[in-house]
Amino acid sequence: MSYATGLKYLKDGVLPHMWCPGCGNGTVLGALLRAFEELKFKKEETVVVTGIGCWGKADDYVVTNALHTTHGRALAFATGIKAFNSKLNVVVLMGDGDSVTIGGNHFIHAARRNIDLTAIVVNNMNYGMTGGQVSGTTPSDKLTSTTVYGNPEREIDICTLAEVAGANYVARGTPYHGWELQKVITEALTKKGFSVVEVISPCPTHFGRNNKLKPALAMFRWLKEKAIPVEKYNPVTYPREEGYFPIGRLVDRDAPDFNSRYEEIRARAMRS
Amino acid sequence: MQQEARLIQGNQAIVEGAIYAGARFYAGYPITPSSEIAEECSRVMPKVGGVYIQMEDEIASIAAVVGASLAGAKAFTATSGPGFSLMQENLGLAVMGEVPCVIINVQRAGPSTGLATRPAQSDVMQIRWGRHGDQAIISLSPSSVKECFTLTVQAFNFAEKFRVPVILAADEIVGHMRENFIAPAPGELEVIDRKRPTGPPDQYKPFVADEDGVAPLAAYGDKYVFHVSSSMHGPDGYSNNSPANATWRVTQLHRKLELHRDEIVLTRSFYTDDDIEVLLVAFGATTRAARAAALEARKNGIKAVVLQLITLWPFPDKEVAALGQNSKMIIVPEMNYAGQVAGEVQKALGSNKDIRRVNKYNGQIITPHDILKVMK
Ligand SMILES: Cc1ncc(C[n+]2csc(CCOP(=O)(O)OP(=O)(O)O)c2C)c(N)n1
Ligand code: SF4
Repeated sequence: MSYATGLKYLKDGVLPHMWCPGCGNGTVLGALLRAFEELKFKKEETVVVTGIGCWGKADDYVVTNALHTTHGRALAFATGIKAFNSKLNVVVLMGDGDSVTIGGNHFIHAARRNIDLTAIVVNNMNYGMTGGQVSGTTPSDKLTSTTVYGNPEREIDICTLAEVAGANYVARGTPYHGWELQKVITEALTKKGFSVVEVISPCPTHFGRNNKLKPALAMFRWLKEKAIPVEKYNPVTYPREEGYFPIGRLVDRDAPDFNSRYEEIRARAMRS
Repeated sequence: MQQEARLIQGNQAIVEGAIYAGARFYAGYPITPSSEIAEECSRVMPKVGGVYIQMEDEIASIAAVVGASLAGAKAFTATSGPGFSLMQENLGLAVMGEVPCVIINVQRAGPSTGLATRPAQSDVMQIRWGRHGDQAIISLSPSSVKECFTLTVQAFNFAEKFRVPVILAADEIVGHMRENFIAPAPGELEVIDRKRPTGPPDQYKPFVADEDGVAPLAAYGDKYVFHVSSSMHGPDGYSNNSPANATWRVTQLHRKLELHRDEIVLTRSFYTDDDIEVLLVAFGATTRAARAAALEARKNGIKAVVLQLITLWPFPDKEVAALGQNSKMIIVPEMNYAGQVAGEVQKALGSNKDIRRVNKYNGQIITPHDILKVMK
């Protein structure tokens, strides 16, 4: 058996990539492209839709179809693509800003609609591209370039939000756990309905520097310590207040997706 | 085969025009006075194998329209002032990515929520310049139920032919007006589909224009793989920030419309004369009042002529100049405060020409009497 490299989905001559040394984005992209290979995705039938930000630059490296959109709106563009052509594999790459801060409303409604998209959200806990400002996922009290005395607000838990809003599949991973990440991405890509993979990957350049997770090695040590496989995770032994979080497959259910439901509606309309 | 005459609303005619033109995707968010378009689409789209989806807001609606268009659909949305404002950033992406789509703006009176159910023609400049950055678009403006149909077809044709968003600048008056309407038979009006690539897939470059200034557009899912980007991008669609590339891209966005300017700019004149005493330059529903005023004036021996601007953008400056140079008096009636179109007419004619403005911005329609008053 040959080892999946994902190279056939990587554009020629684009390496080294633009992300900072120690940034998790490259690892996540690698896991995604290897998942494409594992699933034998055809580049003609695959559309990578990206938002704006560091992770949103990922489309520059892929040779599938792609649409690089506006900040926070990637899911809405992707919804149009999938709603019109249900045969396409549509993967949406967003930062925490894109997905649940500026784009929070689209996130809720994509999950509610259960539209068959796969959202890969890199949660770096701040706005990387614009210089490390606070995000809707920055934990309380953490320091960013716009919360220099600590963040007075509370953070959104992306996976919980996805679950209550109605996503069929929700998983969490980290770039430290590369193999496990690839596994949940593969599952998410094959799952019908709205799937979310949140990748906890604190931005070493900004968040890490401000919050004692620099150098990147310290960040990876932190991920190794705090990320607990969901099978072993117990909020009493691993309190959320101390930064522990479960990784792995969190939600897996089979509510009908938007396109199947719309097919039924069409059949009704044709009869009427 | 002669279709029967029906009494229908402008908004309904817009939907029928869209379906006639081949539209199979509608995403929108309800807002008066455009909501009938969404309601009708929700009924019709699934029957013709298309998709209707009510999105969470107007930002999402235009985004979904762009996505569907890139997946191969003729796609459209409808809205009014506040919703149109929300669409601007993603409309800019449609310009940048050269994505064909149609946006119906059934204008209502502002500013802000304003007079939500009353007509206006005050989005003329927002339609042209509402987005940031350098961008070229097309806008058409209907004056009757029939034109709601024909100009919607025209809007799709221009969008598809030139890979550009086209904005149908309707207003509450035409949107809600009911008139007798006979639908054109299939084939009676030309329906244009976008140019698809034909060469080898590995050589397809989505932003390399043919001689006509327009590049062929594949659909996601075809054998052609392609990238579209809101960022400055090269011929292959991948981001490219070099100054030379930016110059090339922005020029190309404008050039394709400039090359076909005379085909895009549509006007119609009523009651021609060689020596025009009064030229009324009108658009949208106000054309009706202008025509009535001109007829009334002519009864009194005044040679009054009406020039209807069917295309608002690119602005019909040559057409205005051609008639305006020979007119003693030029009047521009429009339902906004500043005279958004009058300013363009002035530009077309030069500062020494005196232009009389008739402006109403209280949600009431301009009457023939309002216009006759300024003829004196
Ligand atoms: C409408 C709009 N507002 C603001 C910006 C500026 N901006 C660019 S990227 C970004 C935040 C990026 O954060 P995130 O989505 O988390 O991605 P990251 O860079 O952290 O990967 C912002 C605010 C923009 N491009 N568009
Ligand atoms: S700024 Fe942060 S998120 Fe952006 S590339 Fe650098 S490390 Fe990664």
